[in-house]
Amino acid sequence: MSAAQSIAADRRWRPWELVLLAALVISWFAAGNEHSLLGNEIAIFALFALSLDLILGYAGIISLGHAAFFGVGAYTAALFAKHVMPDPLVGLVVGTAAAALLGALSSVLVMRGSDLARLMITLGVAAILYELANKLEFTGGADGLQGVSMGLLLGRFEFDLYGRTAFAYSLVLLVICLLIARRIVASPFGWSLRAIRDNRLRAAAIGLNVDLRLGAVYTLAAAMAGTAGALLAQTTGFASLDVLDFHRSADVMLMLIIGGTGWLWGGVLGAIGFKLMHSVLSAWTPQYWTFWLGLFLVVLVMVGRDRFFKSWTWWK
Amino acid sequence: MTTVLETRNLVKRFGGFAATNDVSLKVEKGARQALIGPNGAGKTTLINLLTGVLEPTAGTVMLEGEDITKLPSHQRVRRGIVRTFQINQLFSELTPLQSLALTVSNQLGISARFWQALGRDERVAARCEALLAQFHLDDVQDQKVALLAYGKRRQLEIATALACAPRVLLLDEPVAGVPEGERQEIFDIVNALPAEVTVLLIEHDMDLVFNFARTVSVLVNGSLFAEGDVKSIANDPRVKSVYLGEGTPHG
Repeated sequence: MSAAQSIAADRRWRPWELVLLAALVISWFAAGNEHSLLGNEIAIFALFALSLDLILGYAGIISLGHAAFFGVGAYTAALFAKHVMPDPLVGLVVGTAAAALLGALSSVLVMRGSDLARLMITLGVAAILYELANKLEFTGGADGLQGVSMGLLLGRFEFDLYGRTAFAYSLVLLVICLLIARRIVASPFGWSLRAIRDNRLRAAAIGLNVDLRLGAVYTLAAAMAGTAGALLAQTTGFASLDVLDFHRSADVMLMLIIGGTGWLWGGVLGAIGFKLMHSVLSAWTPQYWTFWLGLFLVVLVMVGRDRFFKSWTWWK
Repeated sequence: MTTVLETRNLVKRFGGFAATNDVSLKVEKGARQALIGPNGAGKTTLINLLTGVLEPTAGTVMLEGEDITKLPSHQRVRRGIVRTFQINQLFSELTPLQSLALTVSNQLGISARFWQALGRDERVAARCEALLAQFHLDDVQDQKVALLAYGKRRQLEIATALACAPRVLLLDEPVAGVPEGERQEIFDIVNALPAEVTVLLIEHDMDLVFNFARTVSVLVNGSLFAEGDVKSIANDPRVKSVYLGEGTPHG
């Protein structure tokens, strides 16, 4: 295969990608009234995990505080709906922009340093925001922001009790962000992120401005996480401290580990796997479901993701 | 002849140890210059200072009369100072083709594009194809770099540098670990670079140095010890004594 053909093959749509996209669309019709709320939640988490994949899977920035951006998006959207205007799309844009701004500012902190330093810094930023939301008056403190009423989506669709509108809304945003992310990771910019992840020294030696690129992708990931947070606040009608909690950052990392990093769909599949496991396990053993989750993760990591999911290789 | 790259009283200290000690080096445009010296003489440190990987403790680095001491490494690459590494520094999860396509894209100034796929610009594939063929990497262009044999990775190391379209090329032991038979080929490619491209070579193998270089600078204990054309250096008894380990005049 010539270089031109081979390089063009990298960006071509593969059949399984189209199948997965179709499955996302079908899931809305299949969910019905009964499962739309769960579907909405999964779509939001999938988007959140996708945003983490951009920095973790592609750029190699490890973060234990990604909830900072999710939370800022959620609080901003909730505050905006409450005090400025209830239109969901405008609120979504504002929530996304606020998270992007925070991402751009805090990206300076993660440009340098080891993985360990990054873990501590991201953890710290999220912890600071958590306590700010807890302490400040206008965020409602520990009670959170209650009674956020949203306007009609596109001036037509009401957010219903079953979550049909909510699920459709979140799903469309997830698909849009997936397409954007797919386009970006196939670009020279996207490839430069992988290059930086693999070898920062060489990336600089071929003339890439490493800091600037890490800052750009961190801002982009923050924006997408903010979108996810805003969606959660808008579709559930409140924002509480929970959106900034450490377990959010940890959960989203777990989802990505389950689904696999560096191929965009890992976040989607991981979010589905995580939530389904949560539902099934907590129905079976409400008090101790995290035991089984923990056991699963230990086995998954010890065996290795690839091997674990390719059951036909187990006995070889 | 015009001086393209120059250091003035360059010093780099790590704690009390001076890895580079008051080095004033001039490299002429289009030179084929070698930098030799025993292990630990500070050759790689000097390259790191020239390319901006390290910041000097004192002194200046000049490119075509302009002070670039404070310039970050990626901007030096943009001005044409390109290096290879003694130990391969590659993008292990990428393929040779992807590595080169990214490098070429950056050289063409289109690597910041985020909405157009890598290789959309036809010049990229054309340039990659030429480099892959030149370095015998076309048969493994789609394999992950991490899985390549050492020799292939070494070829890619050099190919990546050439993909940057260097004006000053710094080669840090380019053929280290390359089988005897393939060494000359790498040097043939380097020799075939346009005459205005300046090449500074770090090498242990004296045969290669004396075949390739026209001028030689000898570095000992971080300082410039001797400089001259190949013939005079080859016959310099002081240089011989340094290489035969008869103790250095500096102690």
